[in-house]
Order: sequence, then C-alpha cells, then structure tokens
Amino acid sequence: MIGQANEATPRAAKDGAAGSPLVCVKDLSVIFDAGRAGFWGRKRLQVHAVEKVSFDIHPGETLGLVGESGSGKSTTGRAILGRVPVSSGTIYFQGKEITHAGKERVRALSRHMQLVFQDPYASLNPRMKIVDIVAEPLLVHGLVKNTKEAAGEVAQLLELVGLPPDAGARYPHAFSGGQRQRVGIARALALKPQFIVADEPVSALDVSIRAQVVNLMQDLQARFGLAYLFIAHDLAVVRHISHRIAIMYAGNIVELADRHLIYESPVHPYTKALLSAVPVPDPPVQRARQRITCPGEAPNPMDPPSGCRFQSRCPYVTQTCRDTAPVLTSRRPGQTAACWNC
Amino acid sequence: MNDCQNTPLLEVRNLVVNFYTRGGVVQASRGVSFQVAHGQTLGIVGESGSGKSVAVQAVMGLISNPGRIEGGDILFRGRSLLDPAGRKFVRKVRGKEIAMIFQDPMTSLNPVFTIGTQITEVLRHHLGMTRDQARKRAMDLLGLVDINAPEKRLKQYPYEMSGGMRQRVMIAMALACEPRLIIADEPTTALDVTIQAQILELLADLQQRLEVSVILITHDLGVVAQLCHRVAVMYAGRIVEVGDADQVFASPVHPYTKGLIRATPRLDVVTERMVSIDGVPPDLISPPQGCAFSPRCDQAKNDCLRSQTLTPLGDDRHVSCWCAIKGDTR
Ligand SMILES: Nc1ncnc2c1ncn2[C@@H]1O[C@H](COP(=O)(O)OP(=O)(O)OP(=O)(O)O)[C@@H](O)[C@H]1O
Ligand SMILES: Nc1ncnc2c1ncn2[C@@H]1O[C@H](COP(=O)(O)OP(=O)(O)O)[C@@H](O)[C@H]1O
Ligand SMILES: [Mg+2]
Ligand SMILES: [Mg+2]
Repeated sequence: MIGQANEATPRAAKDGAAGSPLVCVKDLSVIFDAGRAGFWGRKRLQVHAVEKVSFDIHPGETLGLVGESGSGKSTTGRAILGRVPVSSGTIYFQGKEITHAGKERVRALSRHMQLVFQDPYASLNPRMKIVDIVAEPLLVHGLVKNTKEAAGEVAQLLELVGLPPDAGARYPHAFSGGQRQRVGIARALALKPQFIVADEPVSALDVSIRAQVVNLMQDLQARFGLAYLFIAHDLAVVRHISHRIAIMYAGNIVELADRHLIYESPVHPYTKALLSAVPVPDPPVQRARQRITCPGEAPNPMDPPSGCRFQSRCPYVTQTCRDTAPVLTSRRPGQTAACWNC
Repeated sequence: MNDCQNTPLLEVRNLVVNFYTRGGVVQASRGVSFQVAHGQTLGIVGESGSGKSVAVQAVMGLISNPGRIEGGDILFRGRSLLDPAGRKFVRKVRGKEIAMIFQDPMTSLNPVFTIGTQITEVLRHHLGMTRDQARKRAMDLLGLVDINAPEKRLKQYPYEMSGGMRQRVMIAMALACEPRLIIADEPTTALDVTIQAQILELLADLQQRLEVSVILITHDLGVVAQLCHRVAVMYAGRIVEVGDADQVFASPVHPYTKGLIRATPRLDVVTERMVSIDGVPPDLISPPQGCAFSPRCDQAKNDCLRSQTLTPLGDDRHVSCWCAIKGDTR
C-alpha cells in the first residue's frame, strides 16, 4: 500500500500547463462519522466517502471529476477547500501543505480558491440584493469597507459574466437559473482566485442555458488562467470542458487520463460501462451502440468491500480483486487506471 | 388487444390548463394536442416549466386547485376522460388502464409500508384479488422487472432500497393492472447513467413484450433517441413540433427543435464551443403574443406575432412555425 500515489500523480506537465501543479492531492481519504448502531450503540458507523484519491491540477487546467451520485466527488472538492475534515492524506496548494489548515488559513486561502455550487436556487441568499451577494467576499476579506465602495468592482464583475448593469439592485428571485448561476460565478470571481471548484455548476440548468454557462466558464479561464475542478455527471459536458478527466467510483478514482484517451480508449471496465450507458441524441447512432453492462449498483459506503470496490459489478473479477484494492498505474502516456485485469 | 387500430389509444386535443395563482394566471397548457398509438412510445421533451408534466397530469386527472382544465378534450380509446357523463369509464381507466411512474419513487411510495403491502394493496383494490393471489402476483411482477429474491424484497421498506431498485418497484406497481398506457414522468432523472441505462432497457423490453404504449417525459434528447418512436417538443405550454423520432432528429423543422438539438452536447462529437440558445424561456403568466419562441428566434418576423397552430407537413410531422410552414426549411 505504500507509495501508491506516486504512480498516479507526478505526470510530465502537459503543454500549456508547464511547471508545478497548482493543486496537488495525495492519498486523500475522508471518513464521516454517521452515529452508532447495534446493541448499546457499540458499532460505530462510518461513511467511507473518499479513499486514497490522488491527482494534480495545473494552472489554467480543467480537471473533470465524474462519477455516480455518492461516489465522493463533492467531498473531494470540499476537502480541498478545507470544508470537510481530512482523515488521511495530504493536500498542497502552490506547493504548500494545506491539509489541516485552521479556520484562519482556510479564510485566507479562500482568496485563491472558490466554490461554485450546483443549485443556483438554493445557493443565493434570497434576502440579499445581487450587489451585496457579489460584494460579500470583498467585505469578508476587508478589501472594501462597505458595499458602496465595491460598487465599481461589482459592476465590472456583473458585466464580465454577462448580466445587465441594473442586475445588482435586484434580488435573486428576479433571475432565472442560468442568471443565478452567473451571479454565483461573479461572486466566486470577486477575489480573483486561481482555482475554482465547480460542483455540478450546470446540472440544474436547461440544455439551452447550460451552454451559455459552460462557454462563460471557458472564456473566463482563457482570460484569467483559472484552474477548475469541474464536478459533473454529464459526460458529454465534461468531455467538452475538461483537459483531463478523473472517473470516480465509490470513493476511489478508477481512471484518470487526458480527455481524448478517456473517450477514445478507456481502460477501466467501469469507465467503459459508464461511457456506453450515455445515450447519444441521434436515434440511428444510438441503436448501433453496444452497451457494456455492469448489473447491480454501487456498494454501501458504510460497508465497502475489501479489495476493489467495483468487484460486485465487474465482469472480469478475480480473487486478486477481492483480496487487494488496485491502485492507479500508468497505461499509456497520459492515462492511468486502477484495475488488476485491464 | 387493440380494439381498433385506427383510433389512437390516447388523443389529447387542444388541452388548456390554467393555474390561478396569487401572481396571476399561469397558462401551463395553451392548446396542447398529441396522440399516442397502440404499442408506441412517445417522448415529450422541453425545458423546465414548458408544461410537460401538467399535460400528462391532466390525462391522469391529477390537476387540482389552483389548476383547472379549461378547454380541449382527452380521449382514451376514443372516449372522453373529461366528459362528466363518463365517470364510470374514467374510474375504470385511470390507475388501471393508464398507469403512471414518477421521477422520485420516494414520493409515490409510502415510507411506512413494506413494498409487499403496497403492491398487494393495488392488486386487491383494483383487481379484487385475495391476499394469497395478490402475493403470488406481486412476486411475478417483481420478477418481471428483474428484481432478484422477490420474497425477501417484498418484506423491505422503500428506504431500505436503492434509487434504481425503488424505480423498478414503481414500474412493477404500474404493471400490476396490465395497463395499456404507461406514463413515465422523468423516470430516470434522479438516477445515475449506468442505472438509468438498466431502467430504460427494462422499459423498452416490457413495452415490446407487453405491447403497451408509453409516454416518456424527459429533458434528455439522448433518452428519446434510445427509447422513443415518436417525439413531441414542447415550448411555453404548446407542442411546437411532433413526428417520427428518427426524422425529427435528422431534419428538425422548428427553430426551437433545431436549437435544442444543437445545444445538446454529444459524447461522440467534440466541438470547439457549445451552442446555446440566447435568452430564456418566457413566463407563462404573460407569454409572448403569437409564437412564444419568437423573442429567441433568429428567423422571427412580423408573421410570428400572429398565433398559429400545429400544421401537418406531409408525413406524420406537425410543426407550429410560420417560417417553417412557408418555406419547409428542411
Ligand atoms: N400546482 C401548480 N400551481 C401553480 N402553477 C403550476 C402548478 N403546477 C405547474 N404549474 C406551472 O405550470 C407550468 C408548467 O409546469 P410543468 O410542471 O408542467 O413543467 P414541466 O415541463 O414538467 O417542467 P420540468 O421539466 O421542470 O418538470 C409552470 O410554469 C409551472 O410553474
Ligand atoms: N457531512 C456528511 N456526513 C456524512 N456522510 C456524508 C457527508 N457528506 C457526504 N457524505 C457521504 O459521503 C459519500 C460521498 O458523498 P459526496 O461527496 O456528496 O458524493 P457525490 O458528490 O459524488 O455525489 C456519500 O455516501 C454521502 O452520503
Ligand atoms: Mg455532489
Ligand atoms: Mg415536470
């Protein structure tokens, strides 16, 4: 088990993302306490949300993080931002360890790292005007004394994300989902961060609006060199926006590769099943596609099996898979996978 | 089992549904018309709030205060479901010949009863089975939806099951009375892709084996491509285009259908930039005059302010767009 992250993380820096990684996650595990059960509450329940996850993100890069709901995507993103306690492993930002950063550090770090939420309806305080919502991070960090002082900055931010100039004076309810997501992005950009965790930022949006937000995120990346951890379950959107993609299953990353390799030559049986399960919006093409089935469902995170977590659904399972968890190993340049049999 | 091949199983004609809310009258269905033939799967797609659920809720008799059905008709096997004189027929049909599956099985399953109790209850209530008969039939139904160890499952409560398993139970319950029409309102939206694929395959298989008709509501054009024979595209309380799924995907006519297809990213195609449709869908309290899509349409002209209806374009395609009908822009 020792040194398993080394295979996964240090990859030759890709063109355009040269130099050292902005974010480096090594063997990250997050285990939540979920109360007690059993006679006298003797049994402690634990949710193994994330286990031994490792990856890098370079400046200006988008790493797509894909997986079923409950596979640990949000927990991974939140751990980087210091919003959930890390059980083991290390997280570096710009080369400095931030794994167990205290409250003050987390606050300081939030200048460089921001979060964009999935639900544009729940994530904005309905009683605050847009201008106050966007200016809030500036106030919190003492960069301005009051909202009035931030007015110029806020107007610029609203323009940047394509909202009308008078938007600031209105309340969230006056905006559509796509527009609210723009407000969320404007707020995340207020402190000029280098890294944004975007947790399913377009999942709640309609198709016609989704593209507007994805395009905006790409434009902002090109302009400011932002790095994104883009969490999603829509593989087509992820393919579009990501440079590299990590596939999560039941708390593990099972494959991590350059985006074209994930789609053109996936290695892990789960990646293959996932890709083949996405219906293509073109009836004749869809009819011709072969689905690689993996019957059953993900294991209970409170009681994950020893060995590979995909074993119960894998067509190629062997005794080795039941005994020992595989780690990410290199398959070809730019592609790693965690599997004993592929 | 078809009484008459020529009458569609279900026909919705010019349905008008309004909701009288404090903010104003929400015109959720503004003259919705569509048909479902025997043994056919119709997909209904459209953005959030376009009126998909309301249209099928009207079919199921689920519109309640502050909503009112204020126009049009719904015919099942040629007989009206809205005619007050046909109450007995309606009672026989809804929940029995027409069954519904919802997006979130948790809201339609009762958390305090076991799966077994809930399925047998349906069978005893609608089909007058004895306890034993119902129990046996419930086991068969679970087998039909590929649930292993049905004996054990019948004793479980909904919260003890995964989302995919609960949706299978919902499908089993929908099949209990051997319906002719199954209405599925986003049955897989809450599920993960691999589980969604399992459920869609199950639905397709059952549809063929049992020769039922299906109405499938979804946001996902991929799901339509996978499962549906025909597709209806809704926008702002109206159907703007309907036709054979292959043909609509291959040559969409309405600018909104075109936009929707272009805006849907594909797994098998890499693009430089995603295509969006500018603007946002209209508010149904005060929808734009004439074509509701015209404020977002790049082909809009003066004609578009006049209201128009679904017009046939040769094959079984119907489109509601002035530009398309004049030019047939295919
Ligand atoms: N009970 C209700 N009271 C008031 N308005 C309603 C009610 N039910 C639906 N509406 C309104 O009717 C319109 C159509 O709603 P509907 O639920 O049919 O949309 P939909 O197409 O199913 O959307 P989604 O894809 O989000 O499920 C919306 O404007 C909605 O707000
Ligand atoms: N605060 C928490 N307390 C207990 N369990 C949690 C908490 N947050 C997440 N989990 C559990 O951790 C697992 C991973 O969750 P999450 O990271 O939200 O997954 P995803 O974002 O991929 O859907 C799930 O089993 C979830 O129920
Ligand atoms: Mg999440
Ligand atoms: Mg709906």
